[in-house]
Amino acid sequence: MTTTSNDAVLAAVGLRKSYGALEVLKGLDLTLARGEVVALIGPSGSGKSSFIRCLNMMETPSGGDILFRGRKVGDKFRDAGETIGIGTLRRQVGMVFQHFNLFPHKTVLQNVTEGPIVVCKTPRKEAEDRARELLAKVGLADKHAAYPNHLSGGQKQRVAIARALAMDPQVLLLDEVTSALDPELVGEVLTVIRQLAEAGMTMAIVTHEMAFAADVASRVLFLDQGVIAENGSAQDVILKPTNPRLQAFVARFRG
Amino acid sequence: MTNYQWDFFTVWQNYDLFLYGMWITVVYTFGSIFFGVVIGFMTCAARLSSWRSLQAIARIYQEIFRCSPLLVQLLWFYYAFPLLVGGSIDNRVAAMLTLSLYVGSFYAEIFRGGIVSIDRGQREAAAAIGMSPWQSMVRIILPQALKRMLPSFINQSIIQFKNSSLVSVISVADLAYMAAVVNGQTYRPLESYTVMAALYIALLLPLTQIADWVERRLRASD
Ligand SMILES: Nc1ncnc2c1ncn2[C@@H]1O[C@H](COP(=O)(O)OP(=O)(O)OP(=O)(O)O)[C@@H](O)[C@H]1O
Ligand SMILES: [Mg+2]
Repeated sequence: MTTTSNDAVLAAVGLRKSYGALEVLKGLDLTLARGEVVALIGPSGSGKSSFIRCLNMMETPSGGDILFRGRKVGDKFRDAGETIGIGTLRRQVGMVFQHFNLFPHKTVLQNVTEGPIVVCKTPRKEAEDRARELLAKVGLADKHAAYPNHLSGGQKQRVAIARALAMDPQVLLLDEVTSALDPELVGEVLTVIRQLAEAGMTMAIVTHEMAFAADVASRVLFLDQGVIAENGSAQDVILKPTNPRLQAFVARFRG
Repeated sequence: MTNYQWDFFTVWQNYDLFLYGMWITVVYTFGSIFFGVVIGFMTCAARLSSWRSLQAIARIYQEIFRCSPLLVQLLWFYYAFPLLVGGSIDNRVAAMLTLSLYVGSFYAEIFRGGIVSIDRGQREAAAAIGMSPWQSMVRIILPQALKRMLPSFINQSIIQFKNSSLVSVISVADLAYMAAVVNGQTYRPLESYTVMAALYIALLLPLTQIADWVERRLRASD
């Protein structure tokens, strides 16, 4: 996919993150262009989660900037002068978590309408119609009245995806969204993500599913020891790695 | 003891005193529960705030009231506190104040425990769809936390009901105090105090039943 800088939706510039004395991210740069699907791979503890969580300010970066459509993201919830607020950013950058984090006291439908109604002040009727559409899209049209505790892991994760999509995000961030699932339920979630990719959704995906990453990603980043060690097409990074640490890593996941 | 002549009639002739005592017990219990909830809520908010000195003040208050007996607190507020500030304090004010501060310190811990027991992922999921911290607290965290803290809250309130009997030592005319008054008038301690005990049980039994019912309902809805 060819892109120009005008297409940049979300970017990290010189991003640093430390937890106390532990420096996890040592100055990373990433530009997510519209329609791009970037897969983040790397060993456990390499900072993949920290990185993706900085992209929507779920973690506060220790240094560097996050840019949303060219505008710097500030440290306040609301927009302030030139910088855009964290709230504004998150309204347009969705996130899906490893452990779903559905709201257990709300039905599936309410989980999906909560953001539009509370944050975007969308009229209830409109939000519900849109939620039903999205639930149908992720194959859960009949589950709208169920509570999350009565769903399988795969169903929960699909509701979580619908909840994120209900905000009509410009970007979707997914952090190991299939890692907590039983193996037989992984496929149904990956199918939904693949459909999103085909529909042109911009995504950053942390995953250990190498075959899936190779298949769906327009670009693959290999994070290692706090830096982006490799950045290229799936072909180069996953299928024919040259970097010895990357070779070892990929070999382990090919099993 | 075998041929003791029970005489509830003489004692029960003073039923108006018992009724008044019951009323006072109920007023002090529910009054202190009300003020205690307000105090507990504020203390909990202070503990969860990011302002260190506020946290510390809340913590000190809580530990003082949780780590000393209620009886000691009542005596202190009624007899010692007025000397400290150079005045006098009405025994009813001292009683309500002490009961409220006492139960507030426990409520604060119950509220705080309920809130921090909610998985961090809930707050993150709320934040991820753009909710402000306030929206997240009101719509996502509190509804779950309240449900979780309800059994402990009811339990603490039942204990408070019983603890309210201690205000009789500073001459607040509650049920326990009135039983002593009736005893003084009738010289019938066995009957006076038996009636008192029966009345406490009659007041509390419905509350414990409600508590059990609530707990069953909550468990069923999980
Ligand atoms: N909140 C935190 N406080 C302290 N250290 C943290 C925190 N979060 C992450 N870390 C540390 O930062 C490093 C990177 O963690 P991170 O979760 O970003 O890695 P990851 O690549 O997502 O790993 P995994 O594949 O296991 O999910 C690890 O050493 C981790 O222990
Ligand atoms: Mg991780």
